[in-house]
Amino acid sequence: MNIHEYQAKAILAEFGVKVPRGKVAFTVEEAVEAAKELGGKAVVKAQIHAGGRGKAGGVKVSKSLEEVEANARELLGKCLVTHQTGPQGRIVRRLLIEELTNIQKEYYIGLVLDRSQGRLVMMASQEGGVEIEEVAATHPEKIFRETIDPLTGLTPFQANNLAYKLELPQDAVKKAAQFMMALYNAYVAKDCSIAEINPLVLTAEGDIIALDAKLNFDDNALYRHPEIVNLRDEDEEDPKEIEASKYGLSYIALDGNIGCMVNGAGLAMATMDTIKYYGGEPANFLDVGGGASEEKVTAAFKIILSDPKVKGILVNIFGGIMKCDVIANGVVAAAKQVGLDKPLVVRLEGTNVEAGKKILNESGLKLVAADSLADAAQKIVALV
Amino acid sequence: MSILVNKETRVITQGITGSAGLFHTQQALAYGTKVVGGTSPGKGGTKVEGLPVFNTVEEAVRETGANASVIYVPPAFAADAIMEAVAAGLDLVVCITEGIPILDMVKVKRYMEGKKTRLIGPNCPGVITPNECKIGIMPGYIHTPGKIGVVSRSGTLTYEAVYQLTQLGLGQSTAVGIGGDPVNGTNFVDVLKMFNDDPDTEAVIMIGEIGGSAEEDAAEWIKANMKKPVVGFIAGATAPPGRRMGHAGAIVSGGSGTAQSKIEKMKECGIRVAPTPSEMGSTLYQVLEERGLLERCKS
Repeated sequence: MNIHEYQAKAILAEFGVKVPRGKVAFTVEEAVEAAKELGGKAVVKAQIHAGGRGKAGGVKVSKSLEEVEANARELLGKCLVTHQTGPQGRIVRRLLIEELTNIQKEYYIGLVLDRSQGRLVMMASQEGGVEIEEVAATHPEKIFRETIDPLTGLTPFQANNLAYKLELPQDAVKKAAQFMMALYNAYVAKDCSIAEINPLVLTAEGDIIALDAKLNFDDNALYRHPEIVNLRDEDEEDPKEIEASKYGLSYIALDGNIGCMVNGAGLAMATMDTIKYYGGEPANFLDVGGGASEEKVTAAFKIILSDPKVKGILVNIFGGIMKCDVIANGVVAAAKQVGLDKPLVVRLEGTNVEAGKKILNESGLKLVAADSLADAAQKIVALV
Repeated sequence: MSILVNKETRVITQGITGSAGLFHTQQALAYGTKVVGGTSPGKGGTKVEGLPVFNTVEEAVRETGANASVIYVPPAFAADAIMEAVAAGLDLVVCITEGIPILDMVKVKRYMEGKKTRLIGPNCPGVITPNECKIGIMPGYIHTPGKIGVVSRSGTLTYEAVYQLTQLGLGQSTAVGIGGDPVNGTNFVDVLKMFNDDPDTEAVIMIGEIGGSAEEDAAEWIKANMKKPVVGFIAGATAPPGRRMGHAGAIVSGGSGTAQSKIEKMKECGIRVAPTPSEMGSTLYQVLEERGLLERCKS
């Protein structure tokens, strides 16, 4: 799960990570009020769930209340297109009004899971404020790493190692190490999946602060963090994805026109790939899961059809635990409820496959049966 | 022969009184798996399907002589269930549970260092040696005993591969689902080593997906060590970056872990990669034919 920068900074501040003073604003008036509290000057930062906001004009340094007002007016409601939003961009609905910072130098600090070791790794670099992936690709030697033993957590000497490698002034080393310890504590306490401070800033006053902050959370651990779930901003999500999550369905909206309903994440991905391989474009990823009920299948079908881009549907089920007749009943019920008028290709295999095929054949629905995934993909691509 | 499990494997079900635990215990018994008992705290002393239920794994192992367990415990308790099984000294623990917090698994992995137990999963379909032992949620009837090893991060794609193999007359030695989570107990290389050393496995299908670098590591290992042909497939070529595709581990982040890079690496290392999931079986069939191994592998 994703949250906004201002929310991430509030969480980090609880753990002792230094962040600039600031306040969220939903209106121009709130923005001006917040700037007044900061002495009239402020940075106006668009809050969307995507990076690259600075380059896209979503971060405005404002030297007076008039400038704050003008910038807030410009940004609120604006569709911001960054390299992470895709061409459709994101509407700005919230702003972070933050005090100005005297930047002396920018750095990078990140905390992620190293999957091959099964441990967290803290990364630090002097190349702050730029895409860390670019640094990793072109100058991997400029990224320093400390692998963390979960029994001890990040140790002070590891934080020191990183701080010294950043070649910070001696006075700032201790502050940076404390910053890293606090960041680690926040990560573990809140079950993050990524924490990135880019840039971390050494100020002219010699402080170490998080000028930007990105926190993502492990969806699997949200059950023990209701306070994080409360931070969810549904405006940042596709309404179809929100609807799907209510039914425990794993759905991701894509740009194509062939809707897919599949059981199993791997098979769902492979189904999308096969559609593409035969020249089509998938409209979504949808895993109905292993224990889907008729009701769940019906919901899945409706969500797919609520996407106006969808011109045809491919159902691909390999019934293991998931029985083919259950899927077939769900498909028939949903198709009848919504009055399906688009091509439907169904490929069923596995447990109770004959019963499933019989239900579909006797339903009176216009559908095309397929023998294999390749066959199914070719058929639906030809039909849309 | 086979790897990991065979007809001698004595299994207990952790979470045997829950609906998933009970259902799959019945299915495993029907398949012929030697299930010898189960655990469910607070229900020790009762019986399920004629099998003794214990409060703790330690007690279950002592009383039944089990050497393997399968876990159907809800995600909030599953990490502890794995550690309990490891502490009880089991050789093999298969964790089916999906949705265990990542940091819980980081702790489990650390806890397991230096212990003898092998963990398969979590978030996996399990392990099956056809006609001998089925531990997990895969449909047993699609499998046939034979010479092909299957290892995969995805459940349904494993079934897809196994089904294709069976249709082509190619039986399986063992099929292993290593799971879709970013931190798991057993990776591709671990399973490939076992298949390489198993005299009754002649060839392997390896099914990967986007996220992480386990497939790239496996490809390097195969190039350097594998004596048997390996055919691969990678799911997720059309997955958008930064989105978690169902599995917690199936995510392309910061441009790494893409299907394209994995496929390229595998090809570079001499692994034939099936262009679509429908061709996993036929691609292997072709490779076996080219190498003159087909007759040995036909069931």
